[in-house]
Amino acid sequence: MIRKIGVILLGLVFLGSMAWTPVFDPVQAEVRKPTADADYARTKLSKGGIFKASYTSEPDAVPVNRLISWKLKVETPDGRAVKDAEITLSGDMPEHGHGLPTQPRVTKNNNDGTYVVEGIKFSMTGWWTMTFTIKANGKTDSVTFNLQLK
Amino acid sequence: MFPFRAFAFGILLAAGVMLVMFCLSAEAATAEKNLKEIHAWSGEEISLLRSLSLFSLPALPKDPSNAYADNPRAIELGKKFFFDKRFSANGKVSCGTCHMPEVNFTDKLPLAMGMGQTTRRTMPLTGNAYNAWFFWDGRKDSLWSQAIGPIESSVEHGFTRSMCAHLIADKYKKEYEEIFGKLPRINNKSCPPKASPGTGNPAALKAWNAMKPEDRDNVNRIYANIGKAIAAFVAQILPRPAPFDLYVDALTKNDLEAADKFMNRDAVDGLRLFTGKAKCTSCHMGPLFTNSSFHNIGLATTDKGRAEGIDKVLADEFNCLGIYSDAKPDECLELRFIDTNRAKYVGAFKTPSLRNVADRPPYMHAGQFKTLSEVLVFYQRSASRELEHNELTNTELLKIEAFLKTLTGPLSFPK
Repeated sequence: MIRKIGVILLGLVFLGSMAWTPVFDPVQAEVRKPTADADYARTKLSKGGIFKASYTSEPDAVPVNRLISWKLKVETPDGRAVKDAEITLSGDMPEHGHGLPTQPRVTKNNNDGTYVVEGIKFSMTGWWTMTFTIKANGKTDSVTFNLQLK
Repeated sequence: MFPFRAFAFGILLAAGVMLVMFCLSAEAATAEKNLKEIHAWSGEEISLLRSLSLFSLPALPKDPSNAYADNPRAIELGKKFFFDKRFSANGKVSCGTCHMPEVNFTDKLPLAMGMGQTTRRTMPLTGNAYNAWFFWDGRKDSLWSQAIGPIESSVEHGFTRSMCAHLIADKYKKEYEEIFGKLPRINNKSCPPKASPGTGNPAALKAWNAMKPEDRDNVNRIYANIGKAIAAFVAQILPRPAPFDLYVDALTKNDLEAADKFMNRDAVDGLRLFTGKAKCTSCHMGPLFTNSSFHNIGLATTDKGRAEGIDKVLADEFNCLGIYSDAKPDECLELRFIDTNRAKYVGAFKTPSLRNVADRPPYMHAGQFKTLSEVLVFYQRSASRELEHNELTNTELLKIEAFLKTLTGPLSFPK
């Protein structure tokens, strides 16, 4: 009898633990919204710490639903201009699983470590990411900026 | 003798009047409190509402590909073309057949009917010139190029560009030349009426290919100019303030009594849901309530939508980069930076404007839903990742519908 009760209890504990096990949700895992102001910084070190990148937007307050251009500045972490970078970029809305409605690209290298990016258009309000992959001096690294558009 | 009775009566009367006045003022105070409660918006929220109101609509954007877009004579001529049924094979179809002014320039049908039945719903034309892409799948990149598309469709006008050239030469020569310059010589030899590369008819294509290159160019030029005149007219079809716009205007002036006349409590609650919990403004933004972009909202459809529109607009001889466009290549920003990731756009269609939405059923690109409430129930149940509306109750849907009805206002267009 005691054993039976023990088994029932064990079963209950097992069921309980099943209920409490967090289910892995790939969508949830992928969508971890930035929370701190610092996450929205316009100057950032690249993931591997190889480059320092910053952007300015024209217009400065990033609008929704309008074609805009950015100027991307690429430096070494100690502040020397990186003048011959090959840059590709992609925008994403991680919560919605889609990117920009356009295909922006670098259209001009100003030869002073700054690059003109044309064709950027954010089609929705909400959280966007802009990832730049930078290749220079034989090294490749990427940097992701977060934007919260209203 | 002191008239005690009268005195007592007087006191009672005064007390009664005071009581009534007190009640009235209390009621007024409650009403004022209610007004403040119903129409309570923060400064930040009011600026969001302003961004949705017509008072934020910028001036008509320039279309660098159409040099005649704001030419008054082109507007006038475009209006004549728009309603001229002679631009059709059976003499019964004009642009206005499907785009009827009396019903918001639509036809209230699930699928448009020209010479035959098309596979999509007639798009409303209000504020269309603010778009970057045209048709449900964005297969055109200007209003003028869009305007000539239906003319050669066998299920719409069933006409040819060569017949258009003949019609202009026969019936519109003077008006056309005043705007676009001298017409080239159009006769059956230089321009066989059946000839066209755009109808899908092999005989028409053969006749077209047999024409001299300069004759083909002349016909194409006339055809493009017809589109440019129609576009000049259509661009002038604009929304006028609806109760929602007047509401926002009253809020801005802090006139809550006036505000209350334009939107009742349900509509205001609906507006809060629309801009808040239901996240409708993620796509239906700005004074025209659209982001002019393409989304797959999870409607069961075999229509590939934008995925096919991309190749069509890139290959279109009448696009912004083509020889019939008046734009410099640098000015064709949308086309230069077009997103060619076709896989992303399978089953994606253009976000429609919600101006006058309650007044022009049915809904969706193929008229899938008869009523607004059916649309809202679809959104309530839809699990598409591109749609994020949170859990909405049936009562909340009714409130959103009440709000959408406040977007119905008059239209203005050249009479």
